[in-house]
Amino acid sequence: MADFEIRDLHASVEGKPILKGVTLAINKGEVHAVMGPNGSGKSTLSYALMGHPGYSIDSGEVLFKGKNLLGLEPDERARLGIFLAFQYPVVVPGISMTNFLRTALNAKRGYDGKDRSKQISPKEFRSLLKDELEVLHMDDSFLPRYINDGFSGGEKKRAEILQMAMLKPEIAILDETDSGLDIDSIKFVAEAVNRMRGPELGVLIITHYTRVLEYIKPDYVHVLVDGRFVLSGGPEIADRLETTGYSEWTDADEPAALTKEEAV
Amino acid sequence: MATVPKPIDVGSDYKEKYGFFVPEDYVFKAKRGLNPEIVKEISWMKKEPEWMMKMRLRSLEIFRKKPTPTWGADLSVIDFENIFYYLRASDKQSKTWEELPPDIKQTYDRLGVPEAERKFLAGVSAQYESEVVYHSLHEELSKKGVIFTDTDSALRDHPELFKEYFGTIIPPADNKFAALNTAVWSGGSFIYVPKGVRVDIPLQAYFRINAENMGQFERTLIICDEGSFVHYIEGCTAPIYTSDSLHSAVVEIIVKKNARCRYTTIQNWSTNVFNLVTKRAMVYGDATMEWVDGNLGSQITMKYPSVYLMEPGAKGDVLSIAFAGKGQHQDAGGKMIHVAPNTTSTITSKSISKNGGRTSYRGHIKVYPGANNSKSFVKCDALLLDDASRSDTYPYNDVDADNVTLGHEATVSKVSDEQLFYLMSRGITRSEAETMIVNGFIEPFTKELPLEYAVELNRLIQLEMEGSVG
Repeated sequence: MADFEIRDLHASVEGKPILKGVTLAINKGEVHAVMGPNGSGKSTLSYALMGHPGYSIDSGEVLFKGKNLLGLEPDERARLGIFLAFQYPVVVPGISMTNFLRTALNAKRGYDGKDRSKQISPKEFRSLLKDELEVLHMDDSFLPRYINDGFSGGEKKRAEILQMAMLKPEIAILDETDSGLDIDSIKFVAEAVNRMRGPELGVLIITHYTRVLEYIKPDYVHVLVDGRFVLSGGPEIADRLETTGYSEWTDADEPAALTKEEAV
Repeated sequence: MATVPKPIDVGSDYKEKYGFFVPEDYVFKAKRGLNPEIVKEISWMKKEPEWMMKMRLRSLEIFRKKPTPTWGADLSVIDFENIFYYLRASDKQSKTWEELPPDIKQTYDRLGVPEAERKFLAGVSAQYESEVVYHSLHEELSKKGVIFTDTDSALRDHPELFKEYFGTIIPPADNKFAALNTAVWSGGSFIYVPKGVRVDIPLQAYFRINAENMGQFERTLIICDEGSFVHYIEGCTAPIYTSDSLHSAVVEIIVKKNARCRYTTIQNWSTNVFNLVTKRAMVYGDATMEWVDGNLGSQITMKYPSVYLMEPGAKGDVLSIAFAGKGQHQDAGGKMIHVAPNTTSTITSKSISKNGGRTSYRGHIKVYPGANNSKSFVKCDALLLDDASRSDTYPYNDVDADNVTLGHEATVSKVSDEQLFYLMSRGITRSEAETMIVNGFIEPFTKELPLEYAVELNRLIQLEMEGSVG
């Protein structure tokens, strides 16, 4: 059995079925890409895996470390080693990024406000932060800013990857991390993700466009259409989508490659 | 997503940290209830001049005549005859903590007041029941002519200064509770900062109620002479009793030309205390008054710090937060009275209601004829943590001048599912995430506090929050 298994997952939003039986096995060390046209259920998949309250699970299992994740709260999933890089990171006013990162790290380490020995030391925190900031070409001026408040699109996505780098998940879901990014930001983000790749990390990249896959090479590509995988295989699938788009499965002509103007 | 976090009994936590009481071993305890004899007795105990006793008796008459206000929180439950109006716990005021009666010293030790004094305060006043029992001021400040003493001593030691200002900003007839305070006042702080003197380190007063059915009526008078600065901080706590106590203070402040006064309150009374306070400042040319007003505790609070902008260039700020939990009603806000042209004011109010608690913002902006080119901006934000809680806004504006800029913004929001999900997706528990969101919400307030108080406030919010989630 794989390290992370999604078995026949059915999920709905406000009573409308979106995921209609998704099965996927991810091992640590692997990078999987889930591609699909708009409305295929890509974001539902990422939210359902993380436990968003607005998405109801109708049936299926998600197995990780011997547990069915679907019975756990989002924070429990996170502490178990699951990470979701949000497509639309949420603004939380009044809380600095530093405070947020430290609180999240301490939560991961099992610090519940009582046993201070579990807290990350200021020194360790600073050095960890410094390293990761460099990789992402970020300076520390964003640290005192409030969570995602007034961040540009690129800053938001880089901040997501920074959180991932700090929290060191075992399974990371990147939900449309490439959307709204200029090419430099994509490169920085990809560089940071590639640096984390290795036998301890499984990655699930969710994307509409093939572009990000030029920088983060997937081992497997799955095509999601109308809540089901219609095609799975190796990276060559991405190349195929690059030319044909999703027209094989949908009436709408949705290219999987960005036009030149969009890519800028 | 239904979570049932481990409930933490906030009551018991408050009880341990602030809500404890020590047995009464008092020098003097007046009988319950209010009448001219009790008022005379208080005045006699304090060896006051006759004019003060007469003023007290006159104020008692006014108190009797004025009806209990019905426009705000429900005050009909207060039984004025069941209150002890004067309690003297110690026969003298101490200059060292060691000299205090052991029970009282232990109380302040537990509350951390001596420690705070050692670390970051220029002067401390500790009021226990009706009297200030401990007092200190850095020597360099007294050499510069700064007076920081309890109000009773000020009446004795600085009679001219006292008589010039006492009751001039808030006369007894201002409202029922100002009359009550003037009739039975005891303790409080008296501060005079001479011309051009800056008191860069805060002065603090800590008000402690210990006895059941206690009435605490401190009276504070602050005079900032021209070009001076002072930051005064007050904290308040009390034991948890099943029957009510009453805290009704009057605070009068004069901020002269080019001076600045900041008055910070962290009110954390136990939830059996009625907190009915009148606070007002008169501000002169190019001077600034800042009220930083935090209301966490009490059963009912009614408090609207106000600023009278008397001369051109005067500036007034109110920054207020209120947190109302189960059974609490925080009716708070601010008043800005523009008397002179080219005056500016801002009121920022942040309120949080949970577990059926109720917060009200009540504000008044008055611009008198001739106060042209004045500017005022009011912003009130309310955060509701559940459907059982309530928040209301009562803004009143009267503008009788020309070319006045008046802004008002109000928002009511709930803790958003998206914010909670985002924070929880990083491994942060629901209760900690809620606390973070609330602390983030009041951050504009917290950042105005000295660091130690900001930390303490965040901790208090955490205590309030832990019992509320679910």
